[in-house]
Amino acid sequence: MTAAVDTAGAAGASKRVSLLRVLGPAHVWALGVGIVLVGEFTGWNFAADKGGALAALITCWFVGLLYTSVAMIDSEVTSTVAAAGGQYAQAKHIVGPLMAFNVALYLVFAYTMLEVSDAILVGDLIVTNAATEGLTRHGFVVLTIVLFTWLNYRGVLMTLNVNFIITALAYASILVLFFSVQPWSQGAVLHLGELITPQNALPYGWIGVIAAFQFAIWYYLGIEGTTQAAEEVRSPPRSLPYGTMAGMITLLIAAALTWYVCASLLPWEYLGFTFFPLWDAARVTGSGMLEFLLFWGTILAAVASANGCINDAARAWFSLGRDRYLPTWFSAVHPKYRTPYRSILFLLPIALAFAFIADLNQAITFSILSGVLQYTFMSINIMMFRNKWPLGSIRRGYTHPFHPIPAIVLFVLCVVTFFAIFLGFGSQLIAMVAFYVVVSLWFHFYRYRYVRRGDQFTMPWPKPLGY
Amino acid sequence: MWTTLSYIAWAVSILLCAWMLYDWFKIDSEYTEDVLTSSREGEIEAVQEKHQLKNIGGQS
Repeated sequence: MTAAVDTAGAAGASKRVSLLRVLGPAHVWALGVGIVLVGEFTGWNFAADKGGALAALITCWFVGLLYTSVAMIDSEVTSTVAAAGGQYAQAKHIVGPLMAFNVALYLVFAYTMLEVSDAILVGDLIVTNAATEGLTRHGFVVLTIVLFTWLNYRGVLMTLNVNFIITALAYASILVLFFSVQPWSQGAVLHLGELITPQNALPYGWIGVIAAFQFAIWYYLGIEGTTQAAEEVRSPPRSLPYGTMAGMITLLIAAALTWYVCASLLPWEYLGFTFFPLWDAARVTGSGMLEFLLFWGTILAAVASANGCINDAARAWFSLGRDRYLPTWFSAVHPKYRTPYRSILFLLPIALAFAFIADLNQAITFSILSGVLQYTFMSINIMMFRNKWPLGSIRRGYTHPFHPIPAIVLFVLCVVTFFAIFLGFGSQLIAMVAFYVVVSLWFHFYRYRYVRRGDQFTMPWPKPLGY
Repeated sequence: MWTTLSYIAWAVSILLCAWMLYDWFKIDSEYTEDVLTSSREGEIEAVQEKHQLKNIGGQS
């Protein structure tokens, strides 16, 4: 990277300050899995409340299919459009500015709301564990948000090194729990056959399975965040597909282990109610060591997620500023730490405000809705990408197989998830879509006049087919 | 103990916020807006590729 800056200097552009290319595949993995892993420690289990324990497993598979499609599609497009902003940059080059503006907002809201949820979770967990009269979560919530904002402000390499370590520790806590309960010997500690019977497996029938999609999203919500590192990885065509696909495999294993242990230790009624399923499962075993381990596993997973979310939301906001979709003031890069420091700081009070005024359910729903809107865009985006620039017309770092099956699967599963969200949170869904319509009108009729239209398209691609 | 930790959490948060605000003010004072907002999408990639090509060709 130093060499690249020096070369730029030699070319007379030495005053340019850009993001640093210092990350490798392990950092991409840490970013993606770090954001998502908290979903195993809380969130997915509400799927059991919607449709029973078996519904939580069925939707784990189907939503796993949805996210595998997301990871494959994302890997192909981002290994070609390697720019900060991830799906925003993809939308800008492939669909158009209005879609890009909306996608960037989906990203910012999805990650900021997830960050808020993570911080609330940390606060609630500490208050629950402390059992001290008069203790509130606010101090711990604020510290979670501010501490990791500070870390992000100081540099991306340290941020994701920290994320790698805490994510690995949180993941290890799930593995230790799994092997400690003798999964090979049902009846010793686990009682899956007793807890899930033909009578209670699907208490609300198949409509319960559909409704469970809404919270099954939490098994994997945020893996697409790996693409936000596109401008900071040393080798985007290699690191992004490798890190994203490795992350997805890691999460599929974690989701399966988590369901198996929790469904074998907790009755489905309780599983669908608790905020801390893995911690509760550890407590049911009676082992103090496991209880301690899963308490800290939950804390570490939540802070890793908040850390990654701050990173991703800031990159999306920064990209909007750089293309003048928002004031260019937001596109400033710190000359020493090489981070989008104004975007990071701008989003800090917003996250703090939501942490105080929103409850966990609202924040989670807002995040899930924005995420699913983004996945729906991705299914359309890849079809347009392959049509406009067929294989062989531009260099791709990774080409996903079986096209267009993953795109179709993704679209269909997104429609099912929207229906599930409508069943549970219909008014929020309508309010949010109305919000995006209003900001789209603002962008089209007012803001777009400030955009330098030629400058925003930076990829050295040939003209798209048919143009 | 937890109540004390809660107060410490508030204090650390305030200190970190103060530091970030100070650094923000310092950076914005030391550098011009043109320099701070000079990042361009795709630029580093192009520069890096040129550099590597020069190395391969043994010209640098």
